[in-house]
Order: sequence, then structure tokens, then C-alpha cells
Amino acid sequence: MTRPSAQLAAAGPTQTLRLSGTWTLHALAGRVNELTRLLSDYGADRELAWDLTGIDLLDSTGALLIWRAWGRERPPQVALRPEHDAALLRLARVPRAPAPGRMGDFLEPVAFLGRQEAKLLDNAVGFIALIGYMVFDLFYLVAHPAAIPWREVSASVYKAGARALPVTALVGFLIGIVVSYLSALTLRTYGAGLYIIDLLGISIIRELGPLLAAILLAGRSGSAMTAQIGVMRVTEEIDAMVAMGLSPTLRLVLPKVLGMAIATPLVSVWVVAAALFGGWVAAYVLLGISFPYFFQTLPSVVHPDNFWIATVKSVAFGVGIALAACHFGLRVRPNTESVSAGITASVVTSITLMILLDAVFAVAFRDVGFFTP
Amino acid sequence: MINVIEARGITSRLGGQLIHRDLDLEVQHGELLALVGGSGSGKTALLRHLVGLTRPDAGTVRLFDVELARTRRLERLALLRRFGMLFQNGALFSALNAFDNIALPLRELRRLPEELIRDLVMLKLSLVELEPEHAGRMPAELSGGMVKRVALARALALDPELLILDEPTAGLDPDRSRAFVRLIRGLWHELNLTVLMVTHDVETLVDLATHVAVLAEKRVIAHATLPEVVALDHPFARSFFGDQRELIHSRAGRNQT
Repeated sequence: MTRPSAQLAAAGPTQTLRLSGTWTLHALAGRVNELTRLLSDYGADRELAWDLTGIDLLDSTGALLIWRAWGRERPPQVALRPEHDAALLRLARVPRAPAPGRMGDFLEPVAFLGRQEAKLLDNAVGFIALIGYMVFDLFYLVAHPAAIPWREVSASVYKAGARALPVTALVGFLIGIVVSYLSALTLRTYGAGLYIIDLLGISIIRELGPLLAAILLAGRSGSAMTAQIGVMRVTEEIDAMVAMGLSPTLRLVLPKVLGMAIATPLVSVWVVAAALFGGWVAAYVLLGISFPYFFQTLPSVVHPDNFWIATVKSVAFGVGIALAACHFGLRVRPNTESVSAGITASVVTSITLMILLDAVFAVAFRDVGFFTP
Repeated sequence: MINVIEARGITSRLGGQLIHRDLDLEVQHGELLALVGGSGSGKTALLRHLVGLTRPDAGTVRLFDVELARTRRLERLALLRRFGMLFQNGALFSALNAFDNIALPLRELRRLPEELIRDLVMLKLSLVELEPEHAGRMPAELSGGMVKRVALARALALDPELLILDEPTAGLDPDRSRAFVRLIRGLWHELNLTVLMVTHDVETLVDLATHVAVLAEKRVIAHATLPEVVALDHPFARSFFGDQRELIHSRAGRNQT
């Protein structure tokens, strides 16, 4: 491989530009700008004769450099090796076309806002449509109980619920310790240490347990559901299902929604148990409250309605997570970028949705679950 | 002249099953070699060993007289740039449009100005006989034949010396398949390429290949010109070429010229 070079030589009345060396991508890569400048000085001169016979290797990059210098037109006097002719002829056949590029627009921010709004509306409509399909499916299943996808529901309970038990227990236990520890420090200064049981009971059973369980499941199981459906979309598996007459909402969405509706309250109970245990550990260390005393006092200070509120909330959370996950999964377009965007949207939406639902429940059940003094 | 690809003593297992045993394969410069074999005979697995995507359990692979498995990072990069690979389903980056897919290897060099890249991409597009307006399309919006063409353009982006094709005509209708074969043969001739391809399609092979390597019994049982391979007295060759022998004999003479 020799260095690509260009030399001017006078032969007779006309001047000749001799190019020599290896004109390939790898030889040229570092010197493109330098050679472009050098050649463009000569390119305009139509009288100049070009001698390319000194070039030993010419690939498309090399040919392109020369072609551009010529102004995309072969000058009248060119001498070249026959095997290099093809590369230049090929360039002459390339149609001139404007490059695909994006134009700047000063209205872009407004358009952006509009697009976001349209997207929001589109999502809302899609979400409602998904719920509609689900309702139709439920009617269908009432009429044809044999078509209920039990296996899928069971698999979804196992995947979203049973396999989430270790991580949810750990998180619940640690949150229990933290809440209990910080509360115990404050309560102790007022000599109200025993109220730690009321405090933990109400806050964990009614609020923290269901919310923690739901957030963990949204991150863990909701994202997995979106990914699964999204990839099925990319690989056209969903289209294959539709073509076979299988309803994707019946086979994919409904089992996930039912599975999450069953699994979330159960995981919530599990998180509550772990958090209460963690709370007791901290209460024992700081306040010396014994295990039997803690758990025997609990039922008398926490109204059982709190448990039912938590259960209803958890079911709603589970359904919300699964619906959001499936909605964004089904909206994935056939490319990989879209899958990751869908998963992000799914997790963010389901967590936001849960906080919203939680606020609604807090207002709706503000009078329920407290012992009237 | 040195061999472009030289595989020696390749032994590999897939899922506990032996698929290659002490296999040797050489590809010489300028050859247009078709690798044929029954389904499940390990053709694609062999291709993956050759380009270094997987490593065989035993044996060595040399590309351009360099052992890929023993190269350092930069040397390996330089080596990988000397060949282009066309994957069976195109393997275009689905998040990039056709233009950016072809421009990607050029941009990765980080030494070419953007306007030159644009011209080069347009050149590659016209090489594979695609229109400039296809450049802005996403892979999902391209037909199967166009995906293959864009993938071929991407494989050719760096002006490779060696082109490796995995089932170039699979999934194309006979008409498009013939056009694609013509395209590859034209490029091979024009760009002075060495081509190694895996194929099932006898017609592709007859139209395209200068040499044929037969993969059977876990090794390459023959590597010769097409008429010699067709004449081979081996159960696989008999069943593979079977009733196509007439066709081959009529066309083989033409290809030799």
C-alpha cells in the first residue's frame, strides 16, 4: 500500500495532473480533507488532463474523491487503467438526490407541545379501548367458561407474585425497621413508646404495605410484561396470534390483569407481614416491646377494616399495573428503540397511576377504619 | 497467493452434540465459494466460527493470514473491517433508517466528513439498485428484498475484500432472487471481491458460485468446481443436486467462460 498523492506535470501544451498510490478507504481515511482541498483546486480547470494510471488500487471512496473534484462530470482528457473505469462509471450512475435531513423550524416547540398532547389523547383512547376489549372478553368468557385461560392466569400469578416474594420481603422488612426506628425515637421522648404499635399498624397495613408491594411489582413485573408483549410485537408474534384467531387481549392481557389482581393483594399481605416484623425488631431494640405483646395488641388498636381497604386498593393497583404494562406493550412499534421507550412509559405511568389511585382511596375511605373513641 | 480464509481442524459442539469434527476449509482470493450442506449440518455455525462470533472447541481460523482469536483489539478491528457480512434476515438496526444503517460503519471510522459519507451511502444504495427515496425508510417499512439490499449495502460500506453471505436468497421470490444473484455476481466481478456464501438454493448456486464446498459428515467432504461436485459420488451430492443435474450441465459451460 502506497501513499495516495497528486502531482502536476507539464507535458506539451496541456498540463497533466498525475495521481498515484493507493486510493482506498483505508489509505485515504486520515487524509480526506487534505486531498479534497488539493483536488478541488484543479477540478475547475477543464483544460487539465488527468492521468490516473499511477493509481494501483481504487475503491469507491477513492473514486468518489476524484469524482467530486471533477464536479461530478468526467473532464475531457482522462487516462486511466481499464479496471478502474468501472468504479467511476458507477459513480456517474448515482442519481443526485437531496440528502435526507431534518429542517430546523422555529415553531418546533409549539409543534412539540401539540404532539405531546396528541400522544396523551391517543394513549388515553387506547387505554380505554383496551379496557373495553377486556370487558368484551369477560362477557365472552361468561358465555364460554371453557375458554378461560386458567394456565396463563396461573403462570402470571406465579411469575408476578410468587417469584417476587424474596425481594418484596426484604424491602418490606427494611422499610419496617426504618419507619419503626425513626418513630420510636420521637415517641420515646414523649414517653409514648407504646403507641408505636398503633402507628406501625395503621401506616403499614393501610398505606405502606399495599403501596410498596405495588411499586415493587410495577418495577419488576410490569416492566417484564411490557417487554414480553413489546418483543412479541417486534417479532410479529402478536400478528401471528391474530391470524390464527387467538385474541391477544384474551390470551395475553386478560391473564396478566387477572393474575396481577390476584397476586398484588397477596404480595401486599406478605409485605405487611415483613414490615411489621421489621417494625417489631426495631421496637424491641429501642423500646423493649416483646413479640407476644406487640402482636397481641395489634388487633385491638388497628381496625380490621384497614385490612379490607388495603386489599381493595391492592386489587386496583394490580389491575392498573397490568393494564398499563399491556397497553404500552401493545403500542410498541417494530423497532428496538420503541421497546425500551414502552417499558419506561409503562413503569412511570403505572407508578403515577398508583399514587393517584391511592389519593382517591384516601379521600374516599377517610371515615373508615378508625375506632370511634 | 495466501488464502483469504483458512480454517484448520475445527471441532465444535452445539448443545452437547458434535457438529464439526476436524474440519478444514480454505477460501482463495477471488473465489465465489458456495458452502452447501443438509439442514442442520452446521453451515451457519461454521460461518459464525469463521467471522469470530463464536469460537470452536478446537482448531484455528485465519482470516487474511491473521488468527482472529489471537488478535488485540485494534488489530481485530482492522481485520473485521476487511470483510462484510450479510446476515440471513438482514440484521438491520431497527431503530435506524436505511441511510443511517449504511452510514454507521463509515461514521464509526470517525475520520470521514459527513458530506463524503452521504455521497458514499448514495453510491452504495445505487450499487444495490435502490432508489435514493428508500434511504429515509425504517427497516420495518422495507420489503424483504429491500432489507436484503440495504443489508448488502451496509456489508459493502467499507469496500471489503471479502463478503460473507448467509442464505442470500432465502425468503425472496424467484424473480427477486435471480435479480439479487445477478447483483452479487456483478459486484463480485466489479469490486474484485472474494465471496463465501451459505445457500440451500441450487439455482442460486449454479448461477453464482465458481466453487462449491460440501459440508457433510461433520466436515468438508469436497471443495471443487461445480461440475466436479455434481459428479461426486456421495449420497448428499446425489440428493442435493438430484434432478437439477441437467440444468447444471447446461449452465456450467457458460459460467466457465
